[in-house]
Amino acid sequence: MKNKLLRFGLMAASALTVALAFPMTAQAGETNYTYVYDYWEDVQECPDTYTVSRTLTYKDLGLEQNFKNPESLYVSGNKLYVVDTGNNRIVVLERKSADEFTVVDEFNSIKGSDINELNSPSDIAIGDDGSIYIADRGNARIVKTDSELNYLMEFTKPVDPAIQSDMIFTPDKIVCDTAGRIYCSATGINKGLVKYEADGTFSGFVGATPVAYNITDYLWKKFASQEQRAQMESFVPTEYDNVFMDKEGFIYACAGGQKEEDLDAETVQAIRKLNMLGSDILVRNGDYPVYGDLYWSGGGGITGPSYFKDVTVFDNDIFVCLDQNRGRLFGYDDQGRLIYAFGGNGNMDGYFRKPVSIEHMDYDLFVLDQLDCAITMFIPTEFGSLIYQAMDQFDHGLYDEAQESWEKVKALNGNYSQAYIGIGRSLLRKEEYKDAMEYFELKYDDENYSRAFAQYRKEWVKHNIGWIIAVILALFLIPLGIGKVKQIKHEIDTADIFRI
Amino acid sequence: MLKALTKKETYIRYLKSLKFSLYCMTHPLDGFWDLTHEKRGTYAAANTILIITLITRILKLRFTSFLFIQVYWEDINIFLYLASILFPLALWVVGNWGLTTLFDGKGRLGQVYMATCYGMAPYPIIQIPLMIVSNFVTIEEGQFYSVLSMISLIYCALLIVAAMGQIHDYSFGKNILFTIASLFAMLIMVFILMIFFSMVSQGVAYFVSLARELMFRI
Repeated sequence: MKNKLLRFGLMAASALTVALAFPMTAQAGETNYTYVYDYWEDVQECPDTYTVSRTLTYKDLGLEQNFKNPESLYVSGNKLYVVDTGNNRIVVLERKSADEFTVVDEFNSIKGSDINELNSPSDIAIGDDGSIYIADRGNARIVKTDSELNYLMEFTKPVDPAIQSDMIFTPDKIVCDTAGRIYCSATGINKGLVKYEADGTFSGFVGATPVAYNITDYLWKKFASQEQRAQMESFVPTEYDNVFMDKEGFIYACAGGQKEEDLDAETVQAIRKLNMLGSDILVRNGDYPVYGDLYWSGGGGITGPSYFKDVTVFDNDIFVCLDQNRGRLFGYDDQGRLIYAFGGNGNMDGYFRKPVSIEHMDYDLFVLDQLDCAITMFIPTEFGSLIYQAMDQFDHGLYDEAQESWEKVKALNGNYSQAYIGIGRSLLRKEEYKDAMEYFELKYDDENYSRAFAQYRKEWVKHNIGWIIAVILALFLIPLGIGKVKQIKHEIDTADIFRI
Repeated sequence: MLKALTKKETYIRYLKSLKFSLYCMTHPLDGFWDLTHEKRGTYAAANTILIITLITRILKLRFTSFLFIQVYWEDINIFLYLASILFPLALWVVGNWGLTTLFDGKGRLGQVYMATCYGMAPYPIIQIPLMIVSNFVTIEEGQFYSVLSMISLIYCALLIVAAMGQIHDYSFGKNILFTIASLFAMLIMVFILMIFFSMVSQGVAYFVSLARELMFRI
């Protein structure tokens, strides 16, 4: 009885400390149904990592005209640029405080060019020096202006034998690097991203997706006649849907419209991280590929794999992909392991009808919905911030603090694999190998386990070297000794002098 | 029968026949000839080897390092898991005997069973040490695991083929031919069993629905 009381008291006390240590931000009832996949690729429900802070429509912002088919968001500092394609305008919002946005600028033309009116602009980028690059799709150009919108120069259709001369250049998404080079994805150009030097010259294509084909299709094509071949699908690389340049100048490019079998065979990648040479350097150490949902069966009439429409990358290499197919957001860490997935199609806050663009300020996410003409702003919850905090602390070498943060994550969600692996990695850095091994084994992290085990084994051997040598010697010497004794005994028994 | 259990000679003969499986491993042709023709093997030893093999297979799940075998415990059915050895074994023994007995095979049904069980001896002998060692290596050093594991299976297969040739007194070519034929016999038996079970279940379902209908009317 006493024991029971004591146990109850302990439980109550621990529950109280948990409640005090992690005050839940008020969000009862509403949830985004966050989940992750575990090692077995089973769906594990997860506390929300993000919650909708607010939804911005033209009315909330005090604009006179509603958005019409907006296509892109861009963040620079605390300014949020909304490219309102259908109205040929660009709206600039400034974030005054955490929740407050005001329109600071709204323009549909530039100054000092031959054609000043923008015509269905599709994207915007801001250079380091404050110059503005606008993908002016209807005018078949990318125009560069200074921060006051005075025309500086323009980038036009690249001259290349691979591009037909009668094709109209339609720049879709652009990014610019610190040196003022422009990378552009354009409709109808599947050789990769169009790259321009800062002086406006076209300098080639970067990072074409590898062409995927399967062997049976290839064989059929070999035997097909000219007419049949024309009817078949041709093996061409897919065009990029969107591009994002991270802090270090690497381009994250997503090519959403991939075929199921190609994704399955991992011959194509929905998301790629391009270096200067255009090769894919994304780290993919997860237990499953970086392509969003693992199960593609039709729920609510939606089938097929996730369609990554846009991607945004935090400063610590965590990237969040936007799935247009199911209206979900997928967060991956710098090792390419899924850390959360949430969202869906619908009309509630935090759900989308046709999301097209995602951006971030710090760890807050903005998602632009083309049909709802609204921007949804997500802010991290207690749980989400703890995950980010733990990762940041680990990256900065604060292993004790990182472990503590991961412990808190684990307390909030005992099914969260990354928490266990995170604790294990902190312990590994702190050279507590035995404990680290336990955490890795729980979540089947074989590589980290091996790393910890190799160190543990080394230490063990060092401590017990005396015993090991003793045992080996014993193994050799005892049988040898027994043999010798037996031999002597035998010799004595059979010796002639003792024979009577 | 039970009286034999009280005699010491029974145990000596049992241990001797069990030890003989080691001789069969290293000298398959000579060993498997003596196994039946010189009566150096016993059913008791054959059963023991089979049971040890089954136990090894279960122990492997639990005691191999997770680096090499990851077990989704929710999906494990221990009886089905054991059946994955026992069922093919039964099919093999019956199929092989059924064919060879028509084509001058000297081995009887029990002898086919005994020789097959003796042929499985390398499995526990290699797998048990492998299971223990797997816990003391890292994933980079783990290449040997899959290689040795594969070797143990190939070793068993070769021994069983060699054993069949010896107990039936077949030439090499004939032995290979009947090994392949036995595999086909296994396939056919699986096919017939599936038809049989589906027909039985449909037949039962018919009478069940008939009874339901009657009860509904009356």
